[in-house]
Amino acid sequence: MINRNDPEIGKRVLQKLTGLADRAASELGRPPVLMEICGTHTVAISRSGIRSLLKESLVLKSGPGCPVCVTDQSDIDRIILLSRQPGVVIATFGDMLRVPGTNSSLEQERARQAKVEIFYSPLEAVDFAEKYPGEQVIFLGIGFETTTPAIALSIRQAEKQGLSNYSVFSVHKMVPPVMKVLLSDPELGVDGFILPGHVCTITGRKAFDFISAEYNKPAVIAGFEPVDVLEAACLLLKQIIDRQARTVNGYTRLVQEEGNQKAREIMDQIFSPADVYWRGFGLVEGSGLKISRDYEDFDASLRFPAEINPVSPQSNFGCACGDVLKGKINPGDCPLFAKRCTPLWPVGPCMVSSEGACAAYYQYELS
Amino acid sequence: MQGKHDMVLLSHGDGGLLTHRLLEKYFLPFFKNEILESLTDAACFLVQPGRMAITTDSFVVDPIFFPGGDLGKLAVCGTVNDLAVSGAKPLYLAASFILEEGFALPELERIIESMFLTCKEADVQVVTGDTKVVGRGQADKVYITTTGIGYVLPEANLAYFRIKPGDAVLVNGPLGEHGLAIMLQRESLGLENRVFSDCAPLNKIIEPLLRRFPGIKFMRDLTRGGLATTAKEIALASGMDIWFDETSLPVGKTVKGITELLGLDPLYLANEGKFLTVVEAREADGVLNYLKNECGAKEACVIGEIRPGRGDVCLKTALGGVRKLNMLAGAPLPRIC
Repeated sequence: MINRNDPEIGKRVLQKLTGLADRAASELGRPPVLMEICGTHTVAISRSGIRSLLKESLVLKSGPGCPVCVTDQSDIDRIILLSRQPGVVIATFGDMLRVPGTNSSLEQERARQAKVEIFYSPLEAVDFAEKYPGEQVIFLGIGFETTTPAIALSIRQAEKQGLSNYSVFSVHKMVPPVMKVLLSDPELGVDGFILPGHVCTITGRKAFDFISAEYNKPAVIAGFEPVDVLEAACLLLKQIIDRQARTVNGYTRLVQEEGNQKAREIMDQIFSPADVYWRGFGLVEGSGLKISRDYEDFDASLRFPAEINPVSPQSNFGCACGDVLKGKINPGDCPLFAKRCTPLWPVGPCMVSSEGACAAYYQYELS
Repeated sequence: MQGKHDMVLLSHGDGGLLTHRLLEKYFLPFFKNEILESLTDAACFLVQPGRMAITTDSFVVDPIFFPGGDLGKLAVCGTVNDLAVSGAKPLYLAASFILEEGFALPELERIIESMFLTCKEADVQVVTGDTKVVGRGQADKVYITTTGIGYVLPEANLAYFRIKPGDAVLVNGPLGEHGLAIMLQRESLGLENRVFSDCAPLNKIIEPLLRRFPGIKFMRDLTRGGLATTAKEIALASGMDIWFDETSLPVGKTVKGITELLGLDPLYLANEGKFLTVVEAREADGVLNYLKNECGAKEACVIGEIRPGRGDVCLKTALGGVRKLNMLAGAPLPRIC
């Protein structure tokens, strides 16, 4: 097996890619534009300096690939309200801690009084709930298809253990529905998509066939080493040059045609699709996962109903996260970027989540 | 079950009989020296003419025992190293302890013994100190503040303004071990004891380096925020750019694997036994060889160079691209030292 970390291999693929990009550019009459739909890809591209190496010949845009970033402001405000309920412990992945709501963040709430515990796995949070029966543990279910199965498992585990103090606040989202919205936008201006490898391990390649079949755009599923991303870009450019559109699996080490059926079964058992709000996209039909009827005892939104008046887009302090997530602007084009909005004092979630495009550009890209 | 004689009581902090017993049984047996034993309100000692250096640091690490070290060792190393990288020879420490009611005295003893052993290794003495006790829940087990004093080596000439384009940047070994060791010990990921803190006193390495190599222009230990944050501070203060080469940055195999798994960047993780040296290019090889051959720092290496610029830190990636390094901003890992 080749070492995908080997910079020499990377440099060879890079050379091939530059050649292909030039050919695609003469075919299109402008530099080709590719979009990655996964925050981990965004970070991998920025960290390895790929964007800077290719800036003359290829445009790499970031899409709605960071689950924290696409979480609607009203959901973040609900989470803040939940953290203020007496007897509640908010259990979360670390990424959520500093995400700003309209008036506060979990980090600020924790400094005041709220109990916030960070976990790497939702099963740890179930153990925590068992250990502290006097606390109401609410796990923040934020993520795409990749994380949802683990959270579904935690609910099943809590049921098995008969825990009445564990619940999940589900703002889970699915990638294919939002991609349809993205692809229906006449102003999109993207020639091909680098698809999220981890999400596809669950959904399978076929779930993304619609990109090429219905919208006539090439798409390639990619792994997460810099070489994986470069190779995926090569496969996309070849399609662009040949004027083809297929959804190709470039991550065969892990992704299968049908995906992980077992994981999907448990997801389907615990969750059911719902229309939910996305930052930047508004209401997207059938794109969210709410806890299904059979498991509603574990639904934190039912156990702790919190009324929130949704924040109107105008009141969000001029933050352009929504346009960044749609690939309409680059992070640097936002007037707040690196000025009023920095990782330390983020205005929007894209600057604070480790997978956010603004954070990746701020941390790694040369201005 | 812990007996009443095995734990810290509020009366251990009342300044009365129990306070004295605490000192006599736990502190004095280890910190024996002429200056301390006078048990006056302040330590008095002779100094030599020249510049003195003083620094202070509080240590609140959680957990207090971790692979490769403990709170006591850290409390000595942290302060000794701050003096050493400032070009000073550390001489004396003051140590102040905040103890939580109910804290196990045998654990306190282990920490004091570890401080004693580290002092011996670094050739410094604790000459004064204090203990206070706070109620249960008002502190977490034990916090230590150490203040260190030393004299500035006449050979040391360390200043931001001496940093010039062309200077080489060196580090004395692999990065990110302390921060990761603490993190793995705290999170139950099943990876405990895989990584050891690099916590160590550096004065015995730094002093001969400074005496031998006048081309050394600046030094910093790479504690909180790791290499990236420290380098950014140096770049901003000197007005120069610092360029690192990703392929030459020393990161151990285990640290590399685990940080990749957890999505962490070893360049931002704390170290407690690593320092960065900026040295004139023509002395770089000499410093490197000395570190490797005379100081046992086998994995020391030249990691980059100073370039004219405006305070940026740039990393040439393995692929040949360039990325920026910035200061750490709000990583959710408190109490690492």
